[in-house]
Amino acid sequence: MLDLQPLIEKFGLTQSEFRGNRRVVVAADRVYSLLETLKNSHGFNMLIDVTCVDYLEYEGATDRFGVVYCLLNMSTGDRLIVKTLINDPTPTLPTVTTLWMGADWMEREVYDMFGITFTGHHDLRRILMPDEFSAFPLRKDYPLKGRGERHNFPVITRSES
Amino acid sequence: MVDLPKQPGLPDNVFMTRLDAAASWARSNSLWPMPFATACCGIELMATASSRFDLARFGAEVMRFSPRQCDLMIVAGRVVMKMLPVLQRIWLQMPEPKWCISMGACACSGGVFDTYAVVQGVDRFIPVDLYVPGCPPRPEQLIAALIEMQDKIMKTGTFQGSEFSGRTEATGPIPLELEEIRRSREAKLVDGLDIFQPPKL
Ligand code: SF4
Repeated sequence: MLDLQPLIEKFGLTQSEFRGNRRVVVAADRVYSLLETLKNSHGFNMLIDVTCVDYLEYEGATDRFGVVYCLLNMSTGDRLIVKTLINDPTPTLPTVTTLWMGADWMEREVYDMFGITFTGHHDLRRILMPDEFSAFPLRKDYPLKGRGERHNFPVITRSES
Repeated sequence: MVDLPKQPGLPDNVFMTRLDAAASWARSNSLWPMPFATACCGIELMATASSRFDLARFGAEVMRFSPRQCDLMIVAGRVVMKMLPVLQRIWLQMPEPKWCISMGACACSGGVFDTYAVVQGVDRFIPVDLYVPGCPPRPEQLIAALIEMQDKIMKTGTFQGSEFSGRTEATGPIPLELEEIRRSREAKLVDGLDIFQPPKL
């Protein structure tokens, strides 16, 4: 299992553990160099997931968004969850597609659902919602039933079709 | 089919009917469905078409994936807002005469998926002839709906398809509910975000 102590000192991480999952929280400006170190020097060669949490109105939360990277070392089976916190108005992170190409669509999904911009991503478009959609639906200030987008279509009657 | 009284002097193997009835009889017994199967109901639609339930007994076994060759659209499953323009386009591409069955709770009303992405009933945006309730409906229900459809075609069908021209109103509920408008007015807006603005009614 990876010894986190040197990394904690080097990157100023906060570490916690829940049911055998080790998690570290890192500042947003150091997340790229941490992930780069983890990949190149510690063998985390697979990026399982990139996802995001919106902490709006969450009890005790200090930051708006938490972006989560789940890593796997395929030769030792070691897993690590890296989290970083970012804030409005322009939540921005560097892309990790340069490290793991598989981050491509996951970052697009995070962008689509939460509006987090990944600088340096080569094709940051919406992936699930239609291109003309202008909100970020998984943000907590977006109503569950939407703002009427689902009703915004022409009605075709039988005589005109 | 309506049989007119036998005319004197005609041989036994000749019968007389109206052109409308003959056309409707032919159409209703060879419906070619367009399987617009987007979710779990689609599986049930496949089961209906396969050997155990055998939609072929009712002349509707030729599922075509090209709208140009179909005359019965079966919307099976939930339709999301990204899919709805596709659905409308496929509907417009189908040649006349055409009919539409909305299969399952989701296609009829959105079902349990009352969220920003799911259209709350396809009948709000395309004309629907028959609704099949259920989640999913049993194949028997779909077969019953098909028989009902044939019945409807027999009763209302005309050779020219002129029965459609009277249907100038949308059949579904109005796309915006009052509740929806109220909710969108009350929704908290974030400053400076470029978001969708609901139409002012
Ligand atoms: S009605 Fe039920 S079975 Fe049909 S698409 Fe909806 S959830 Fe699936």
